[in-house]
Amino acid sequence: MAAHGPVRSPRLSGYTSNPRIRWAEWLPWIAALAFFFTLPEYLALGGRILIYILFALSLDLILGYAGIITLGHSAFFGLGAYTAGILSAKYGFTDPFFQLAAAAAMAALLGVATGALILRTKALTLLMLTLAITSILYEVANRASGLTGGNDGLSGVTVAPILGLFKFDLFGRTAFVYCLIALFLGWLFVRRLIYSPFGAMLTGIRENTARMYAVGAPVYWRLVLVYTISATMAGVAGALLTQVNQFVGLNVLGLEPSGDLLVMLILGGVGRLYGAFVGPVVYLIAQDYLAKQYPEYWYLGIGALLIVVVLFARGGILGLADQWLKALSRPKSSARASAR
Amino acid sequence: MILYVISVGLSVTMGLMGFINLAHGVFAMAGGYILSTVMARLGVPFPVALVVAFASVAIASILLERLLYSRLYAAGELSQVLFTIGLIFVSVAIARMVYGTLAAPITLPDYLRGQVHFVGRDFPTYRVFLIVFSALIIASLWFGVERTRWGAMVRAAVDNRGMAQSVGINTRVLFMATFALGSGLAGLGGALGADILPVDWAYPFEHLAYFLIVVAVGGLGSLRGPFIAALLIGVADTACKYWVPEFGAFLVYAATIVILLWRPMGLFGVRA
Amino acid sequence: MAESALQTEKLCKSFGALTVADRIDFRLEAGARHALIGPNGAGKTTFVNMLTGVLAPSSGRILLGAQDITRTRQSARVRLGLGRTFQITTLFRSLPVLDNVALGIAEREGAARRMWKPASRHDEIKQEAMALLDTLGVAQDASIAVQDLPYGRQRLVEIAIALGLRPKVLLLDEPAAGVPSQDSGRILEVLAGLPGDIAILIIEHDMDLVFRFAKRITVLVQGQILVEGTPEEIARDQRVRDVYLGEAHA
Repeated sequence: MAAHGPVRSPRLSGYTSNPRIRWAEWLPWIAALAFFFTLPEYLALGGRILIYILFALSLDLILGYAGIITLGHSAFFGLGAYTAGILSAKYGFTDPFFQLAAAAAMAALLGVATGALILRTKALTLLMLTLAITSILYEVANRASGLTGGNDGLSGVTVAPILGLFKFDLFGRTAFVYCLIALFLGWLFVRRLIYSPFGAMLTGIRENTARMYAVGAPVYWRLVLVYTISATMAGVAGALLTQVNQFVGLNVLGLEPSGDLLVMLILGGVGRLYGAFVGPVVYLIAQDYLAKQYPEYWYLGIGALLIVVVLFARGGILGLADQWLKALSRPKSSARASAR
Repeated sequence: MILYVISVGLSVTMGLMGFINLAHGVFAMAGGYILSTVMARLGVPFPVALVVAFASVAIASILLERLLYSRLYAAGELSQVLFTIGLIFVSVAIARMVYGTLAAPITLPDYLRGQVHFVGRDFPTYRVFLIVFSALIIASLWFGVERTRWGAMVRAAVDNRGMAQSVGINTRVLFMATFALGSGLAGLGGALGADILPVDWAYPFEHLAYFLIVVAVGGLGSLRGPFIAALLIGVADTACKYWVPEFGAFLVYAATIVILLWRPMGLFGVRA
Repeated sequence: MAESALQTEKLCKSFGALTVADRIDFRLEAGARHALIGPNGAGKTTFVNMLTGVLAPSSGRILLGAQDITRTRQSARVRLGLGRTFQITTLFRSLPVLDNVALGIAEREGAARRMWKPASRHDEIKQEAMALLDTLGVAQDASIAVQDLPYGRQRLVEIAIALGLRPKVLLLDEPAAGVPSQDSGRILEVLAGLPGDIAILIIEHDMDLVFRFAKRITVLVQGQILVEGTPEEIARDQRVRDVYLGEAHA
């Protein structure tokens, strides 16, 4: 696992960091609430963004912290989505929390099974294996159309009102708040994890794996553990998508969501907690405007952007922001480094 | 066979330069498009068009390498993966803008169409031609690598770049040349195969998985490996689609997983 | 015979036709101050790699105390009390010095799996790490990233990490390698001040350091033990002189 790679701020975790929630960290939530009240026409897009942020958080955990490069994260996303969908459409389980729990459980199972198998390998082999796994799932979903609806997708998904009170309405209000709460809980969990000794240990694995072995860390099992946690989160995100759309499309599996997610994360900044927030917001909003108007230019733009980011702005948007802030505060020689 | 011609370049580049180039399919696609355009618009005969496809892709790849790829040699796998994904996006968009969404039409010359009668069975002429031609390419590649000095230098550099440099081998030029060759071969493969694997704007995406599988299973840096792998995959894929169509590409992926877990370096991987 | 801290029985390692370790019988006593020397290519680092579990031997046994650890994997050996430093500094370069040491301590304490309470609130770990840094004289660098330290101090951090694991046996692979001569005095001080109950084996080329530190010296030549004894015995031994002088000629 390369110690080169994404630029990140080392103060984000570890024994010398400050785990207090800074006031700026409440901004995303305030912004989300403001969005809810001021732009009700875009709530569907908003919900989608929230779900992708959760998905991105799960990927950042293994990519940015543990250093595992994967193209197969959509396997967990898709499995969660289909679990929730099938439980509802084929077996009539409509309680939203039950669907989430089942999706989480299935994703966790897949996570621990595949993680245990493939985490002994490295780099290209690992990448290939993740790709193969998600491709297999795609094929299975495609063929088992009796269960999954195949190419047409799975419709007929119903979700009972949450807590018996809040029905999923046409405007997406319930969906948005539901996803927001889910994301909030996920964010709390990931934040705690990053600042904990476990998070410090993950950083250690990424920075110098040989050293981690030499201090007695059972590296392999730790990676399987974080991989499983990440898979579970991705599975929940997938289930949320199903519940919000009341539909499961075949494109929740395969290369496309994984690739998109990777781009989102890079855009925002890998290995930073809020990169997972910024990336999907920018990407999905841009996609909403541009891809509809100028579909050919969308790919061109994203591709060019990706190349530019990789060559010149490896830390993504947040990385750039960091550099500007540093440049601004230099003449004051301020002792407070703004680390996000 | 086509799979091999396209993928061998990838195997050598990745094994040699240690660079994860997911955009290899782009070179193949370019070759296919060039063949189609050159033949249709300029009326160039098939053999010449093949050469043109090979050469132009090779030259283009040198440009790309000098300008872009070379900055990322030390950048780490993630950056390389992302960069090449970006490259795919850009090329796919350009292809779509220039050529639209239809596959590039290829008109085979008359002497390659139809059937050939051989050992009591009829075989499509073009397929026979492909097999023969690919075999020629493979043979000359093998000859080039095993017997010539250039081949020896490539093998040395794949084995141990530092040592090769200290022995006086100019690795930068070597990389450039090999990359050009590998990409050129991809272009040639794409052009040759355009009849069987239609070249359209989404070509690099569709076949990315297969290229990578052939290389990963075959083993980075080896020539034999991807050959065997391409054979295996080609046979397995066709067999599956014929006998158990419900499973489609499933078996190929499953086999890939099994092989990679058993031999993480690929069947004939060079890196220890 | 009393139980040794670490010993090997007929330890062998071959790579094909090349034998790099030939039936090595080695014994490290508890509380030892032992040095392993030998010309380049003698197989010293291979030996240490086998001891720590990075490399698997072709045959033979390794025992830590009474326990056979020949098949035990590297991280498990560390948890059993076998610590090491690396010849080439192997640290978490972009992390602060404190974290470097704390990570090891957290592993030892079993705290590394905890996901809830923030790391910076684990005061016991931090205090222990600071105390360790203090004894090595690098406490003032605690919040500085390791890569920003001069090389000599990095070597000290390397030792600190190993000590944080509370090893019973400590293998130091060329602790003074690459350290400018004014700083190597500090390293010697540190080595001299190490707790007496730890068995220490150092691999070194710096003969000055070896003769001042070691009570017992083993000479390894071409994968075999040539001779073993006290520093005076080794200094007088003609074969040792030949090996080193012979190397000077070659």
